[in-house]
Amino acid sequence: MTKMTYREAVRAAMRKALREDPRVFLMGEDVGRYGGAFAVSLGLLAEFGPERIRDAPLSESAFFGAGIGAALGGMRPIVEIMTINFSMLAMDQILNNAATLRHMSGGQLNVPIVCRVATGGGRQMAAQHSHSLEGWYAHIPGIKVLTPATVPDAYGMVLAALREPDPVFIFEHATLYPLEGEVDESTETFDITRAAVMRPGKDVSLITYGGTLGKTMQAAVRLASDGVDAEVIDLRTLRPLDTRTIVNSVAKTHRAAVIDEAWRTGSFSAEISAQIMENAFDDLDAPVARVCSAEAPMPYAKHLEAAALPQVEQIVAAAQELVSRHG
Amino acid sequence: MTASDTSARPLVDREHSLFLLREMLRIRRFEEKAAEMYSLQKIHGFLHLYIGEEATGVGAMQVFTQQDNIVATYREHGQALVRGMPARVLMAEMFGKATGCSRGHGGSMHFFDVSRRFFGGYAIVGGGLPVAVGLALADKMQNRQAITGCYFGDGAVAEGEFHESMNLAALWKLPVVFLCENNLYAMGTALERYQAQTDISRKAAAYGLPSSAVDGMDILAVEAAAKQAADYVRGGNGPYLLESRTYRFRAHSMADPDLYRTKEEIEGWKKRDPIVLFERKLRELGLLTDADLARIESEIATEIEDAVQFAEASPREPIEDLLKDVGGQVAR
Repeated sequence: MTKMTYREAVRAAMRKALREDPRVFLMGEDVGRYGGAFAVSLGLLAEFGPERIRDAPLSESAFFGAGIGAALGGMRPIVEIMTINFSMLAMDQILNNAATLRHMSGGQLNVPIVCRVATGGGRQMAAQHSHSLEGWYAHIPGIKVLTPATVPDAYGMVLAALREPDPVFIFEHATLYPLEGEVDESTETFDITRAAVMRPGKDVSLITYGGTLGKTMQAAVRLASDGVDAEVIDLRTLRPLDTRTIVNSVAKTHRAAVIDEAWRTGSFSAEISAQIMENAFDDLDAPVARVCSAEAPMPYAKHLEAAALPQVEQIVAAAQELVSRHG
Repeated sequence: MTASDTSARPLVDREHSLFLLREMLRIRRFEEKAAEMYSLQKIHGFLHLYIGEEATGVGAMQVFTQQDNIVATYREHGQALVRGMPARVLMAEMFGKATGCSRGHGGSMHFFDVSRRFFGGYAIVGGGLPVAVGLALADKMQNRQAITGCYFGDGAVAEGEFHESMNLAALWKLPVVFLCENNLYAMGTALERYQAQTDISRKAAAYGLPSSAVDGMDILAVEAAAKQAADYVRGGNGPYLLESRTYRFRAHSMADPDLYRTKEEIEGWKKRDPIVLFERKLRELGLLTDADLARIESEIATEIEDAVQFAEASPREPIEDLLKDVGGQVAR
């Protein structure tokens, strides 16, 4: 096991892939000489050169689309889009081409592209750099949506994604880059099909992913001191969703809260809630609760941003409310 | 170095000329049959006909080898036929049959044939250009000699993806022939009503790549200009923008009442019908006889009749296979 940060884990995985597979290359804004907006690719240019660590112009649509074409032409591109808000500029290529070509071509084409995108708020970056739109992506058939919340997943998901025949999006919550953890770099297999039970519990299921996993784990600790035994589930992969792990947990706890940094209306938390209703309705002792961001563009000021984002106190309160109901 | 430099043109060789004429006629008759099948409700959805633009489709395709990549638009029947895709699989695709080139998933706008490196018809205007850039990038990174032919209409020039793709291909010196089929209308909006600079070939200068414009109704001129463009790109010099100035004789799609053009304008362009012009030229040169033409027409009629019968008789994709080729699924 090697101790490293989330940032270093993504970099280590990319370095391993670049060393082992000549088809792999990294392309995006400032990934080379700058070292990546979040310093994820720092040092890779020196090792692999400008052909494989390819600085792109501010042309999200063109360089993501070029990633599609390169994948069709036999390469294994990793495209980095600096933030999820910027990915809107590539949405035509993402939705109309990457996600669609395999089916629309009657199965003749497949697009093995990996796209890494920073997501989420909490850094006072205001309303054009801070949103959590990964739930929109999870709406799209034809792609996989991964949301690594831990250091081992930051590492393993890059390598797993590169083995997929179809487009994979990896949403890295930007507050996680300094997070420390341990990675087993000798492991060759990474399961991206299952959600993870991060903390077993019997009283309430707290279901989350990405940037809110840490807050949810803190909430579980606080709940434990109040005598509430919370189970915490990290969804890990939003599409395809591991419904089984969610349903098994609710069958045990009979209560569920979904914690999702996206806006509540039409969000991925709504999908989780619907899955629970469809698949575990009879197990529920209380309606599914949701803790989401305030329905406003993300504000800059620290106190406003903090008020907009899901916080530990709200998660604790939602769980307390659920367990106060009797089945 | 301009497209009108006649010294660059191929010799007017009888066999090749008859081939070019035949290919243009194949497209014309295929499209006429497609329109008929649409009227008979055998073909549904959108149907965009290529009639009038055949010289561009046939002339330009002559310069691409089977190792090269082709990226086309939703008005791609002509390119697909000339690329060698059988008329029957194209007709079957439009009939929505399992034997269609995209198994009935794509329809008229989305023909694909990976075995012929025909990477599809793209129906988001401008959406094929970044993909073409990427195909060229893959060739360059893997030291293959192939080039990519990227077709798009004049409407695409107004899209950001056109400009982003020009810049990226030029910046990275990628082997792409950008081929603008300028038929003067973005759906129903005339070029001068949506472009501040109507000389599309001049846009290339902003990205530092060479360009030229050619009379898209003169097939030999198109072929010569495309050869010049392809030779430049094969030489490792980076991309080239070729604008072929043409006109569609039919409406934008079968759903279009064509209210935005005058009959006089359309009739004026029909006097420059690329097939009529080429036939006349070949007759003047003594390279085409009535018997030649009758034989060609008869062979094409047989091919297209076969295509319709094949499409009609073909099975539909089973509904059980609806989800088969959706990517990103997990086997459970």
